[in-house]
Amino acid sequence: MNKSMVFKITGIILQIEALLLLLPAVVSLLYRELNIVLAFLITAVLAAVAGTVLRLVFKPKNDLIYSKEGLVIVALGWVAMSLFGCLPFIISRDIPNFFDAFFETVSGFTTTGASILTNVEALSRGTIFWRSFTHWIGGMGVLVFVTAIIPNMSDRSIHIIKAEMPGPIVGKLVPRVKDTSRVLYLIYIAMTVVQIILLLCGGLDLFESSVLSFGTAGTGGFAMKNDSIASYSPYIQWVITVFMLIFGVNFNLYYLCLIRRFRSAVKSEELWVYLSVFAISTGIITVSVLDSFGNFSEALRHSAFQVSSIITTTGYSTTDFNLWPVLCKTLLLIIMMIGSCAGSTAGGFKISRFVIIGKTIKKECQRLIHPRSVRTIKFEGKALDTVTRHGVTAYLAVYAAVLLTVFFLISVDNMSIETNFSATVACFNNIGPGLDGVGPMSNYADYSEFSKTILSFAMLMGRLEIYPMLLAFSVGTWRKR
Amino acid sequence: MKIIVTGCGKIGTEILCCLVAEGHDVVVIDNNPAVVEEITTIYDVMGVCGNSADCDTLEEAGVKDAELIVAVTDSDEMNMLSCFLASRMGAGHTIARIRNPEYNDNSLGFMLKHLELSMAINPELMAAKELYRLLKLPSAAKVETFGKNFEMVEVKLKNESVLDGLSLIEFRKKYQINLLICVVKRGEEVFIPDGNFILRSGDRIGITARTAEIMNFFKLLGVGRKRSKNVMILGASKTAFYLAKMLLEGGSKVKIIELDPNKCAQFSEALPGAVIINGDGARQELLLEEGINETDAFVSLTGMDEENILISYYAASQEVPQVITKANRQEFVVMAEKLGLDCIVTPKKHIADVLVRYARGLENSLGSKVETLYKLMDGKAELLEFIVQSDCELNGVSFKNLNIKKNTRIAGIIRGRKVIIPSGDDCMLAGDRVIVVSSNHGMNDLADIVG
Repeated sequence: MNKSMVFKITGIILQIEALLLLLPAVVSLLYRELNIVLAFLITAVLAAVAGTVLRLVFKPKNDLIYSKEGLVIVALGWVAMSLFGCLPFIISRDIPNFFDAFFETVSGFTTTGASILTNVEALSRGTIFWRSFTHWIGGMGVLVFVTAIIPNMSDRSIHIIKAEMPGPIVGKLVPRVKDTSRVLYLIYIAMTVVQIILLLCGGLDLFESSVLSFGTAGTGGFAMKNDSIASYSPYIQWVITVFMLIFGVNFNLYYLCLIRRFRSAVKSEELWVYLSVFAISTGIITVSVLDSFGNFSEALRHSAFQVSSIITTTGYSTTDFNLWPVLCKTLLLIIMMIGSCAGSTAGGFKISRFVIIGKTIKKECQRLIHPRSVRTIKFEGKALDTVTRHGVTAYLAVYAAVLLTVFFLISVDNMSIETNFSATVACFNNIGPGLDGVGPMSNYADYSEFSKTILSFAMLMGRLEIYPMLLAFSVGTWRKR
Repeated sequence: MKIIVTGCGKIGTEILCCLVAEGHDVVVIDNNPAVVEEITTIYDVMGVCGNSADCDTLEEAGVKDAELIVAVTDSDEMNMLSCFLASRMGAGHTIARIRNPEYNDNSLGFMLKHLELSMAINPELMAAKELYRLLKLPSAAKVETFGKNFEMVEVKLKNESVLDGLSLIEFRKKYQINLLICVVKRGEEVFIPDGNFILRSGDRIGITARTAEIMNFFKLLGVGRKRSKNVMILGASKTAFYLAKMLLEGGSKVKIIELDPNKCAQFSEALPGAVIINGDGARQELLLEEGINETDAFVSLTGMDEENILISYYAASQEVPQVITKANRQEFVVMAEKLGLDCIVTPKKHIADVLVRYARGLENSLGSKVETLYKLMDGKAELLEFIVQSDCELNGVSFKNLNIKKNTRIAGIIRGRKVIIPSGDDCMLAGDRVIVVSSNHGMNDLADIVG
């Protein structure tokens, strides 16, 4: 393995993080929180030094990387970024415990939005900004960002993008990896700005609209109030509902719209399944909670918001859905696992994988009836090759295995099964709030340090789609001949 | 610039690799998903899987804003159709590989015009031309011709060469030969030498001079030989066909050895002057029987690199004066050189050079654009030919007053019928053909030589 290249790019990531840390420093400066400014500056310097040392020590002989290096770079990069990203919380004493701070940062970068904080409103402005900004960075991916701005990183940086972008099929939008990353980030930035403006129109100040937009864009879910989005006006809640949905759509479709190929964009199979799941779930929940809210528009607003928030794995909430009927809670738990479209900022198992698995099941059933039948599975109008199909079924197995392992490991804390299972699902799929003890109005503070670490890694595995983490932490990868 | 390449075979891959290195945005089309998958992970290109003569596939590849489409699938007809459709759909320029000898006769011009093709490329014909030039100058490892009688030749200095230890200035003083040693490859490193550069045995040097001077130079090196008149060719490939045809027209004797009796029959019909032998060229007995000891040159052109290299090695051990090997895979070329075979022809490289030159010409539609381009010394240096335009600001300025970039040298000027090996007092004039050698890549205008 080309280790020098792996560590060199990890170094670049840390240097980029150092730059990104300057933004919250500026924000704290504007709010005159001088000790917080200091915390960010110290971290930025440490990250810059660590990054530079890595780049000076590791001078790769060639820039050849293969898919293995791509996976390891992504995993190491994210762990390193989280380790440095949690330092401001510790230095500023906002979250003094390392495990708590690490959990919070990983939750930020992986756009989970699970928090160990009991009182968010007590945090300093700079810290709140950084929490939400990590969502924004992690949403589209830091390595996509790195490939967009670093010139001539490697001819084969497609391996890195493939490892970081979620979904079974990762393709390019334009011939060059660098331009593809740029297009993705431009779309991402443009949509974030539009949301900020719409929130400003709703009467929020710039700070609050930015924080909420970062949380929405990355499909993260860190808010700045203890009751999440509940106390905002219906207009704000609708804007966030719609934008969560928008950020859960495959970004390739936005590119197709940009180059005026609307017809191909609208034809997307995944998009329609995604919207149908959203509409059906919202319908079922609206009907079942109609009595408790009294009027239809309110019931619809809360159900649409909750479904949108959960299916896009954001994790904002406008009401305590933990008090809803069991039917609604079960439905939410199921769509937690489904997640959104591939190639979006959202997590979960991804709609496209579900569609492919559904079609595979159908094919297998038909094979039982007509053993000699020949049938091609098509997805998005193209025949699926067996490699992709096997990849998806294998992913389902790994997904289930990791889910059960985490579920088992955190059970040492002796919480209720509902709490543990929903916590596992919510962290692993990068949603944030679960049910019962980790419901939308509670948090993860009661878990032990061991469980918090396990859940942190579950979040990383969920965001990076398991394989990078498995590979980076297995001995065989690092063994020399 | 956006370029579409259809067909990712040997040639297609080489072309896209060079075009990506030139900084172009490349989209490839191939009908094999596995090939597309592999290509897109190795090179920074976008892949589209499908039939390259299908409008939908072309559309998906973004043919509308492509400035150039290069069709190099293995079917000539497919290439023509892809190019025709692409040009109707808005592609700027179209280049098709057309290699069937039947199309490459007088009808080619008609076809180019009516199919609106910008250019047709025929790798086999180009390879044959390169081989023919080599057979005319048997001591060289590579020959490129500019104009009528100005040539660029690569040659390897043998052990205990008379030039060992001489600096370029001393060489000029001592021998008074009017030539320019413009590029030297030592080990893996390539130099554009100045006057104080000292030559060593084992160097691979590139020289530019008039043909007559080059013969003198070879005599000096002790390798001067007349052109090869008696040539043995192994393998009845398309390249062999074109080469044999040219050799026969030039009055040489040609013997072709081929295993497949059908091909032998075809060749004997098309090339009445050649001796066609049906037999296994890998059998040394057969080669001896057919007189490998008496031929002037042995050219190995089978489809298998490995076979070509090993049989050439045998031919070299039989002391055939000139042995030329065709090898398409770069890794084999390196190994063959280690075996001591120093004259290896890689047809796909030539095609890639032509396309790189074409793409650079498109990027620089004004100014003094590149007329021809050759990669030298395994692609580590470039040889470019420009025609000086009347508005070029370098006109009339003597070279010693120009601030020519490092690693760049003017290797020759062709002015009408006159060939000038430039010194500091020369200058270029409008209408000159200027030949520049450089180890900096990406030059596309004559003005790029000054920095």
